[in-house]
Amino acid sequence: MEETTLIGIVSIFTAGLTITIGSIAPAVGEARALVQALASIAQQPDEANTISRTLFIGIALVESCAIYCFVIAMILIFFNPFWDFFVSQAGG
Amino acid sequence: MNVELSPDSITLVDLGIVRLNATVVYSWVVLAVLVVGSALITRRLTVGPQVSRWQSALEALVSILRSQIADMTQQNPDRYLPFIGTLFLFIAVSNLLAIIPGFSSPVSSVSTTAALAFCVFIAVPVYGVMARGLKDYLRAYIQPTFIMLPLNILSELSRTLALAIRLFGNALSGDILVAILIVIVPLFVPIVMQLFGLVIGLIQAYIFAILATVFIASATRD
Repeated sequence: MEETTLIGIVSIFTAGLTITIGSIAPAVGEARALVQALASIAQQPDEANTISRTLFIGIALVESCAIYCFVIAMILIFFNPFWDFFVSQAGG
Repeated sequence: MNVELSPDSITLVDLGIVRLNATVVYSWVVLAVLVVGSALITRRLTVGPQVSRWQSALEALVSILRSQIADMTQQNPDRYLPFIGTLFLFIAVSNLLAIIPGFSSPVSSVSTTAALAFCVFIAVPVYGVMARGLKDYLRAYIQPTFIMLPLNILSELSRTLALAIRLFGNALSGDILVAILIVIVPLFVPIVMQLFGLVIGLIQAYIFAILATVFIASATRD
């Protein structure tokens, strides 16, 4: 098998795997945070402002894990350094 | 399919020696909108009973920002309002202007978000030193023990990186989603996702501003 083909297969497979695993874990975590925040707001509606703001911050921090995975998947597909290297070698 | 991932790679103005890419030009457009808009609105400020529509909109915005900052920091918000407010307005306006066809949000370029995060990175020690003095601020790095010094410095760097990548990733994912949907279902669905992207953009601006406030507040508080 040619190197570029192998790199293409591995890159696409890894990109899919990255975004799959990387979205499951933060989704579960964010859902747990949301459940807890809803329960807290139901118990103490007066504190809804503080709770939702803290929820936003927490979710944003958890979300960054998923964003890292997304960025890495995008790099693997569109800006793959190994792919570029082998293509430039084959061309030049 | 050739997806233009970054507005950095689109050249709008080519003057020979100087080439301006879309990120720079659209950042200037956003700045111009903000400056000219604010100048036009604040030219005729009144305290009378008849307040113009734009003035009350601007007043509502500023008072919301002030109350949010005051809630977060438990301090006088006026010191932080110019910095945090500018960050929020820049990100929010550049995300909202994305509904104009041909405009690509400068926030979906990693250089813009890195610059914004770098501003926060600089502002945190500046505000910290202003509020607590140089000695007290530096002492926070060796709390609770001296061993924590490298970890504290590392966390400072990694949260700046996270700030930049988070904003960039969110803006980029919205752009790519719309680009892919236009290829698959060109009718109606991309519009809905575009609207969803506007909401996401506003929330991201809010989160960026709130996180900057939290970082600054943690540096200024004992």
